[in-house]
Amino acid sequence: MSLIATLARLEAVESGRAQPLATVRHRHLTERPLVFVPLTTAGEAGAPLGALVGTDRDAPRLLFVPQPRDRDLRFAFLAELADVVLPYVDTYADAVEAAERSETDPETGKRVKVEVELCADAPQLILPSRAGVEFVRLLGRSTRFRRTAEQEPEAPHPAPPRVPLLGRWLTHFGERARVPGSALLLALTDVLSRHWATGQSSLEDQHLGALLAWIDPPEGASGAAAALRAELRRDARGQLVCPPAGPATDPAFDNKLLAPAIERYDRARTALAAAEDGLQADDRLGELTAAEREIRALVEQVTRPTWDAVWRGLDLLRTLPEGTHAADRWTRDRWSFTGHRDRITAGEPPQPRRDDAVTAANKLATREREQARLDAQEALDDPLVMAGRRLVGEAFAGEVTDVVMAYSESKRPSPRPLVTVRTDDRPHLGERTKVYRSLGGKPQAAEFVGYEESSEGDGLVVLRIVDKMGRGKEPETGSVPEKGDLLCFTLFEHEQRGGAKLPDPEETPWTHGGPPGEPDAVPQPDPVTEEDML
Amino acid sequence: MTTAFDPAAAAGRATDAILDDTLHGTHRGIVVDSPPGAGKSTLVVRAALELASAGRPLMVIAQTNAQVDDLVLRLAEKNGELPVGRLHSSDPDPYDKALDDLPNVRKSTKAGDLAGLDVVISTAAKWAHVKGVEPWRHAIVDEAYQMRSDALLAVAGLFERALFVGDPGQLDPFAIVGSEQWAGLSYDPSASAVTTLLAHNPELPQHRLPVSWRLPASAAPLVSDAFYPYTPFRSGTGHGDRRLKFAVASDGSGPDRVIDEAAEAGWGLLELPARHTPRTDPEAVRAVAQVVRRLLDRGGAATSERADEPAALTADRIAVGTAHRDQAAAVRAALADLGVADVTVDTANRLQGREFDVTVVLHPLSGRPDATAFHLETGRLCVLASRHRHACIVVCRAGVTELLDDHPSTEPVQLGVTVKFPDGWEANHAVLSHLAEHRVLWRP
Repeated sequence: MSLIATLARLEAVESGRAQPLATVRHRHLTERPLVFVPLTTAGEAGAPLGALVGTDRDAPRLLFVPQPRDRDLRFAFLAELADVVLPYVDTYADAVEAAERSETDPETGKRVKVEVELCADAPQLILPSRAGVEFVRLLGRSTRFRRTAEQEPEAPHPAPPRVPLLGRWLTHFGERARVPGSALLLALTDVLSRHWATGQSSLEDQHLGALLAWIDPPEGASGAAAALRAELRRDARGQLVCPPAGPATDPAFDNKLLAPAIERYDRARTALAAAEDGLQADDRLGELTAAEREIRALVEQVTRPTWDAVWRGLDLLRTLPEGTHAADRWTRDRWSFTGHRDRITAGEPPQPRRDDAVTAANKLATREREQARLDAQEALDDPLVMAGRRLVGEAFAGEVTDVVMAYSESKRPSPRPLVTVRTDDRPHLGERTKVYRSLGGKPQAAEFVGYEESSEGDGLVVLRIVDKMGRGKEPETGSVPEKGDLLCFTLFEHEQRGGAKLPDPEETPWTHGGPPGEPDAVPQPDPVTEEDML
Repeated sequence: MTTAFDPAAAAGRATDAILDDTLHGTHRGIVVDSPPGAGKSTLVVRAALELASAGRPLMVIAQTNAQVDDLVLRLAEKNGELPVGRLHSSDPDPYDKALDDLPNVRKSTKAGDLAGLDVVISTAAKWAHVKGVEPWRHAIVDEAYQMRSDALLAVAGLFERALFVGDPGQLDPFAIVGSEQWAGLSYDPSASAVTTLLAHNPELPQHRLPVSWRLPASAAPLVSDAFYPYTPFRSGTGHGDRRLKFAVASDGSGPDRVIDEAAEAGWGLLELPARHTPRTDPEAVRAVAQVVRRLLDRGGAATSERADEPAALTADRIAVGTAHRDQAAAVRAALADLGVADVTVDTANRLQGREFDVTVVLHPLSGRPDATAFHLETGRLCVLASRHRHACIVVCRAGVTELLDDHPSTEPVQLGVTVKFPDGWEANHAVLSHLAEHRVLWRP
């Protein structure tokens, strides 16, 4: 945790309210995000119990599985989920704009500009918490390789037609969420704690109710007390008033309400199957429907508070104006969305179970680059974030007190003006350290020359501007700071260079096991080892 | 047994075996593990010269520009006639200006300009951009344990066979984003190049350099036991071979007492009272600066096997090591306040591969309320404790032992990942218990 975040947390404890960590919103929010509040069944990894999903805060679609251990019911749930998610995704797939991308021409090997489609906007999935994002990945992993009846008519338990496609999209959302600064899939607790510091630990911040209580406590209450209530308060039946944001449920709910309800459902189903005549079956069907309705009500009861909390959190985020570079990062998300749309349209197979060596290395390189980009962009967009960087000596701000024109020593001397900046910050400047300032959105570089003592005794930093002054002997107007200018220089670069191109997967070198073989269509069981025979 | 140990002969045998495998072996790769100061660079230079003189041009991959320049200078020193190519980036000042004085070193940003030279040297990052050239038959990868697997992936297509040299005990490469997703895969891109190489090619011969020429007899056993328990090494010098003397007598202060202890025993621990502090603990930082100031003021003289006459302990022979960059910056500022210049102050990551007579270390866990994986990393402590030829002085707050006991390692165990021994927790305890014998208590 950075020093400034620690200070903000201390202030939050003292004041009883969350303190801002940002003055702008650092993630793009679309006009119509799809909110997804899933629940799982305790003890059954990956068995969904129910969900609220939708784009309309007043009319969520409730999905539930009356018997989560029943594979057919589970598939029915996934099919219903696909009916909500896929049409939502499709609405963004068709609206496109023209864009340019540089590609390597296969014939000449030169980089050329190619006109391609870029989706004008992209879908956005909002999950209440980080655990929910993991659940999305799990759903993606468990469904994208399923075979439908059309693909394999003979196999038992075929998946409903659109479920594998849902799995591919969920996998894409889950993978994209690992890219720093991306906004295709957001965990609300993460986004909120990026923008506000509470007086509790970051582990406790994963509780959406408690986090919101700190950020926006009820009138007259302290955030700490409200958060405690959100975590612990139970009603007369022993149920949490603010249920966990999922996907795991509260054990008291499981034991006291859910388990008996599922048992009633099971009994009703067995009874229906044993019905001897139509009249009896009608009666028993009524019982079964009642049992189903009861489970439905239970699921709604524990998802609805989270659903409302998610929308409240989004409202809070929307009170902040969007950071300038967030749109730039959203464009990358749109590229990512467009790319996956194209892969699906082209009939490519689902994402493999494991990345090959080249894909893994490419992903890691991209994410590292995006992380560096995000760190720089957030600081440039937001004075409060920049203050944190200044505090740790990675940037400094101050007033220009002197500008002396100087030239480089070469045949064609170029301008190398010396700029003196008075600052109270204490940047970690070493000999010829490069520093950057934003000049019309582009970084201008300067070199640290030395410190000077001013008459008042505060620090004066002397810099030599080295670029962005045009080609002539005289610098272009506006490209050199003037006396009295208030400037902010960073020690980190503003833009990221692309890394070297890795070999194609078919050319994976011997050090990395050579080219990958054909991926298994059906997952192979692990080989039996000695440890299996204890 | 111990009297029969001849370090020079043992090291010579190891080197001969490595060179024999390199020149005449049939394997595509050879891995050489080298403890701190075991003559890794000397080995790289020798292997390069022998390959070149056998008429086999080679490429050398190092990790930083400083390492590359250092290798070029060493090669030129051994053989001024050897045509060497220095491939460099197009940034301003991409290489050491000293290279301009070497007539046989050609420098270029394009690999094509350097084709046909006996040895071409560059960083892994620059090599990764080289495309469409005929692969070299031989390569030497220096500091291979600090190279990431994905960096090797980018350059492995450039050579047919390679000698991988590195120190397994130093800091592992790291990624600035999470990479748990690939943990357990043989080609985890965030793992070290050697890990991936051996996972896919377990049959490759692995050699080990058995003697540290840098570490004094007082340090080698501790560093070997604490960080290389299964691959022990020896010091190349005996207990009487290195001496550190000061012209000015101690003034009885904490810094002077710990300096005398370290001069005598090779290790010194200056222990400040227990306290939780910010990272840039002002008292500890000042204590570090004062120790350095006194080291310089007291007119130190270092006697070693290198020369008959004692060498003056000057600022360039002293280094300060820290865990974090802001700590290094704070120490630099404190040193400037005391009028000290030219002492190297840097983090463990940047001190890797460097050598000094005396090091002053701000203990990574000093004043901390917790022991995170970063601060417990074995390699970090190993780097800090193995940069010196004569003595190492550690400045630390009391209470680190208790802190360690309160924070046993709780890193999740990943399937398929080889667990590294020793873990940082154990190594920290081993070092602390040894340092405790050389403790000087001081209240600044």
